[in-house]
Amino acid sequence: MLKYVLKRILLAIPVLLGVSIIVFLIMRVFSADPAPVVLGQHATEQAMEAWREANGLNDPLIVQYFNFLGGALTGNLGESYYTHTPVTQELLSRFPATIELALVAIIIASVVGVALGVLSATHKNSVIDGLSTIIALVGVSMPIFWLGVLLIIFFAGYLHVLPSSGRMDPLLQPVGGTGFYLLDTLLMGDFEAFSDAVAHITLPALALSMYSLAVITRMTRSSMLETLGEDYVRTARAKGLKKRRVDIHHALRNAMLPVTTVIGLQLGSLLGGAMLTETVFAWPGIGKFVVDSILKSDFPVVQGAVLLIGTIFIIINLVVDVIYAYLDPRISYSKEEG
Amino acid sequence: MAEATLQANEPQKQAQPDPESAPKQAEKTESLWKDVWYSLRQNIPAMVSLFVILLLAIVAIVTYFWPQVLPYDPYAQDLSASFQPPSAAHWFGTDQQGRDIFSRVLIGSQISLTVGLLSVAISLVIGVVLGAVAGYKGGIVDTIIMRIMDMMLATPSILLAIAFMAALGRGIDKAIIAIGFVSIPEYARIVRSQVLAVKQSDYVAAARVIGDSDAVIIFKHVLPNVMPSIIVRATLGISSAILDAAALGFLGLGVQPPAAEWGDMLGRGRNYIFAAPYAMIFPGLAITITVLAFNLLGDGIRDAFDPKARKR
Repeated sequence: MLKYVLKRILLAIPVLLGVSIIVFLIMRVFSADPAPVVLGQHATEQAMEAWREANGLNDPLIVQYFNFLGGALTGNLGESYYTHTPVTQELLSRFPATIELALVAIIIASVVGVALGVLSATHKNSVIDGLSTIIALVGVSMPIFWLGVLLIIFFAGYLHVLPSSGRMDPLLQPVGGTGFYLLDTLLMGDFEAFSDAVAHITLPALALSMYSLAVITRMTRSSMLETLGEDYVRTARAKGLKKRRVDIHHALRNAMLPVTTVIGLQLGSLLGGAMLTETVFAWPGIGKFVVDSILKSDFPVVQGAVLLIGTIFIIINLVVDVIYAYLDPRISYSKEEG
Repeated sequence: MAEATLQANEPQKQAQPDPESAPKQAEKTESLWKDVWYSLRQNIPAMVSLFVILLLAIVAIVTYFWPQVLPYDPYAQDLSASFQPPSAAHWFGTDQQGRDIFSRVLIGSQISLTVGLLSVAISLVIGVVLGAVAGYKGGIVDTIIMRIMDMMLATPSILLAIAFMAALGRGIDKAIIAIGFVSIPEYARIVRSQVLAVKQSDYVAAARVIGDSDAVIIFKHVLPNVMPSIIVRATLGISSAILDAAALGFLGLGVQPPAAEWGDMLGRGRNYIFAAPYAMIFPGLAITITVLAFNLLGDGIRDAFDPKARKR
């Protein structure tokens, strides 16, 4: 098992290097000169040249790449062209907001998705099955940002029950702590602040969860239908076990295997969706930050953020593979690819 | 599907000595497509979706060649008429510049369908060639191609597309390239795995024995057999391309103004979300219906190709 994990980690290294090369190429080779954007249209050619020199943009590309890579390995992703704050610091300060949002979204998606999937498989062709099919179909077809807009219009604009933007009322914001507001406020026992954090995260998390919820529902339904047709399920039923017990203990447990993989992979793709959701809800996370930085040609920030998100994505995939191998003894640890 | 593809190719194996085999093969291939069409026709959601897609295509073509059929000029600004709620005169209301949203939603179908089709065409052609070569050649070629694909898959595609747009600049042509480029790995992966499966079959061995070149084997014998998976993937791919294009437009990285693109319209309405919700509701509805139609059609085609799901 340990050998398998080590091998997967080793295989992830070239992929990460590749991600860094792709990001670097996109930002430095295909991209237009950032100097006029950063310094403004009216900057003199001399000022722009001095700025390029100061930011290492005149070095040969290969030198620039190795500077970037060397820095990245030591946790130094350069400085923002605008704020001159280290990119690592900027990203880390926004990291908890994004992770908190993604985690709440994946919890909603998994709980609701698995429940809907199981119900529609055990009640095939019923009203609930039809309903969950519609939810699953609309969920994958609806742009995440449009769903966000609809939620804002209805819950914030029409019902006035939930806030439409931000992470928390600034007056209630916890100082210090982990940066995960739900956790911090709970640990501090500040329930007013906690409920405010819950109210703020509800709409963005719902919007972000919808796509994954749809995918998980579909996967659970088909996986569950498959196991419900297995001999051991029929045997269990023939032995006189109650339907619910067989559904949960025999069928669901086995059906969860592929579902686990899908949930893990969805967690990765939520990071992509977070950019759109965060923009809609003005959620102060990495996603919104990246989008803003892209629009301002703040290359070091974009490079650093893409590299960070790529790394998290790869780690999640790795963990999913390992969990899958652990759950399913049929997968040999020495297998070439998961 | 494997059954169907093998059946379809059965005559190729016996083809050499039998002069009548060519028409027979054509007949068999034709009957596979006939079966698929027959099965698809039984699938009501897929047929409704096909109808919706055809309707959209007609709207896109008609408004392109005869824009005068639109109730209003989609680009004409009239600030005295800005943000009028839906009414008999303006079915979907008007936007900030007083432009008729209904006309803009209709003409927006041009961009969405163009982006969907062209970006899928880009990723399809490049992805299929890369996947086929990787799967068929194996060895170092396979490793290099697939590792590059892995690297591209290791970043969320929308993030890559956004980075591309930031680098290339705004414009619908650039959006098509960005979206097409980031979806290449999906096709390459599917085709590679299918090619790996087909490569071992008898008819490929037979083709090799009679001296067919690699290119002939790949394009004549292997690719036709992976067509069903490619068609299904491409149909579903159009829907995700339309979604990605809308996302780029929403973030302000899509078309140049005053072009009407659904995602862009949504993004521009954002500042007036409470004052003029209709400016965001209708373009979003258009995206959702279009994407839903391509998803349902893709599902339908997949079921139609699958002999297990096909009911005769």
